[in-house]
Amino acid sequence: MKRKYWLLFASLFGLMALAAVACGGDDATQAPATQVAAATAVPAAAGQAPATQVPAVQAADPTAEPAMVAQEGSRLDLVQDRGTLICAGRTDLAGFGFLNADGDNAGFDVDLCRAVAAAVIGDGNAMELIPITASERGPTIQAGEVDLLSRNVTWTSTRDAQWGNYTTTMFYDGQGFMVPTATGITTALDLDGATVCVTSGTTTELNLADFFRQHGMALETVVFEDTASVYSAYESGRCDATTSDKSQLAAIRSGFADPAAHGILPETISKEPLTPVVAHGDDQWFDVVKTVMSVLINAEELGVTAANVDAMQSSDNVVIRRMLGAEGEFGQSDLGLSATFAVDVIKAVGNYGEIYNRYMGPNGEAFTLPRGQNELWNNGGLIYSPPLR
Amino acid sequence: MRFLTLGGVPLWRDARVLRAAAQIISVLIVVIVAVFVINNVLDAAEKRGFSLGFGFLEEEAGFIISESVIEYGAADTFQSAFLAGVLNTLKIALLGIILATGLGVIVGVARISSNWLVRTVAGVYVETFRNIPLLIQLFFWYFGVFLLLPPVRESIQWPGPVFLNARGFFAVWGSASSSFSTWIWFVLAGVILALAVRVAAGQVQSRFGRATHPNLSALAVLVILPIIGWFLMAESPLVRDVPELGRFNFEGGLRLSPEFAAFLLGLVIYTASFIAEIVRAGILSVQKGQLEAARALGLNELQTMQSVAFPQAMRVIVPPLISQFLNLTKNSSLGILIAYPDLYFVSRTMINQAGRAVPIFLMIMGAYLLMSLTFAVIGNIYNRRVRYVDR
Repeated sequence: MKRKYWLLFASLFGLMALAAVACGGDDATQAPATQVAAATAVPAAAGQAPATQVPAVQAADPTAEPAMVAQEGSRLDLVQDRGTLICAGRTDLAGFGFLNADGDNAGFDVDLCRAVAAAVIGDGNAMELIPITASERGPTIQAGEVDLLSRNVTWTSTRDAQWGNYTTTMFYDGQGFMVPTATGITTALDLDGATVCVTSGTTTELNLADFFRQHGMALETVVFEDTASVYSAYESGRCDATTSDKSQLAAIRSGFADPAAHGILPETISKEPLTPVVAHGDDQWFDVVKTVMSVLINAEELGVTAANVDAMQSSDNVVIRRMLGAEGEFGQSDLGLSATFAVDVIKAVGNYGEIYNRYMGPNGEAFTLPRGQNELWNNGGLIYSPPLR
Repeated sequence: MRFLTLGGVPLWRDARVLRAAAQIISVLIVVIVAVFVINNVLDAAEKRGFSLGFGFLEEEAGFIISESVIEYGAADTFQSAFLAGVLNTLKIALLGIILATGLGVIVGVARISSNWLVRTVAGVYVETFRNIPLLIQLFFWYFGVFLLLPPVRESIQWPGPVFLNARGFFAVWGSASSSFSTWIWFVLAGVILALAVRVAAGQVQSRFGRATHPNLSALAVLVILPIIGWFLMAESPLVRDVPELGRFNFEGGLRLSPEFAAFLLGLVIYTASFIAEIVRAGILSVQKGQLEAARALGLNELQTMQSVAFPQAMRVIVPPLISQFLNLTKNSSLGILIAYPDLYFVSRTMINQAGRAVPIFLMIMGAYLLMSLTFAVIGNIYNRRVRYVDR
């Protein structure tokens, strides 16, 4: 028995020690000698680190600490050497990230990945999509496991500080509620005491709590890790309402057995700027992705489409010729991209409007959602990008 | 070479030295691996900008937990959210352990029953549920059974105010009235007195060989005292709390969410199938002569089981049983898949909303370790009581 207690205390102690060391992170990192010894002792374990890290070599040389940062190399080189862009996305949301009739990854978010792949590799299909859940988004991009996170991520200040760099907002959305029309509920303020199904680890989850608190309404939730479970629980009557970004609700409703039996309430309770994210710490890569997004938006503004991009290279408009690399320069070489990368991008996925319409336009593959705030700025919407020059 | 010897034996062939050296080397390896692992975490965390502090625990969590033992709302701190998760895990684990043990013992005994039907049904049960992964069983119970129950307004009503629908199980329940706090002392007194009676009656029985039925007498005390208290109170301590259909759902009464019910059912049925086998093995391990001797003394079937077979079987049963309790506790982390807000689920949400993966994972590991060790220690203390003592 004594032995048993001893074991218990030893484990507890070990745990506390671990916690203590974790808290005093700064001190520990100032002891390079131990670090080096430890790293040399077990060099094989360096294999656990993802591609961006080069820990094995630095171990032999105690002065290697600063060199390592340089050695880490740019994300752009890494992607070009690898020959594929690794993109975190999803396969379970019509319109944004889904599998099309041929079983290929398709959707608005997926096309943004393809655009980046076309820009840096020259081939829109040189992309590997890793499907992740909502709550995996933060850790995945924080750790730099993927090159780009394009999985309808809302841009918030906390996430910007913690997760990574938010590039350009490509879809302006807002959170709404969906209820079965049979309930006769016409406004979100009628939902006092309702049970709401929601996905965990989302801003949606937080906005939902805020909205009910603000209006002093009672709320019960059923929280799922997996988006598909949210809607199957909602459909089977576990909840009175479900909540998400309105675009997502429209997408989901289109897949229900009887879409007309469900209504989206008029209230929009939040701002959801959906934005692709890159990891912190690589300015060049951050700029590359932003510029690719700018190309998509500018191309729509200038009327350049996948069909006419070749002809447009000899357009009269110097702004178009500059964007397509036929004349001058708008920063391509500083970014490490080819002069004509915009041509590759537009050929691969089309301009912003083409991407939108492909999935959510009047004849969209997934469903139809009026562009609303996602019209170009000069057409009454919010989609705007810096000039390419 | 003389200086390398100890009492005429060279050091490298001296068993004592070799043993000590082996110990030192193993400790060194453990320390080096630990240092490497910790450093790797710190290093990687720093490079990727993970924060390692625990200060965020004081911040407002902002998210809702669908069911909680304690009062918890979105305005509470991450700390309370974590506590709510821990208590939800403890709730499912404790209830699960109690019910799984009960079911497991019944099925285990049924497995060796002389009745063909009972034996076969128990056998089919064990072989079915023991051999299907728990995860799949949970999905089946939740999505395939509980969520397919009728909607609220078409609830299945059992006799009396007991309802079953896709929102869960609702039943009449007692809610505390003003005299409840006085009455609870009678219950407490009943428990203490029952324990005393059990010990006293047990001693009388073993000393004088007179059947005093210690368990039955204790049970009687346990029940009678609160009943006397109930009638002494001016106002009945518990008021009938009947579930009523509100605007959206039933309100009041006892309520089990489908997530909780499906999860508990899944865990209990799965774990009980293992416990049944452990119980069967334990009973079969008792020597036949013991049972024959008991019958020769004139004990009936029940007495033989209770006084001869079980006490001896316990020695074999308890150690693997503790493992099953630990398994059940750890399996409770699967609640995340059917929306039961256990420790792991709440922590995952915390990681996402607070962005502090490393400290929260340390907390998760610490909490599970502490829980499992506590169960293990309690189990081991009990094991010490029942194990065979050489006299």
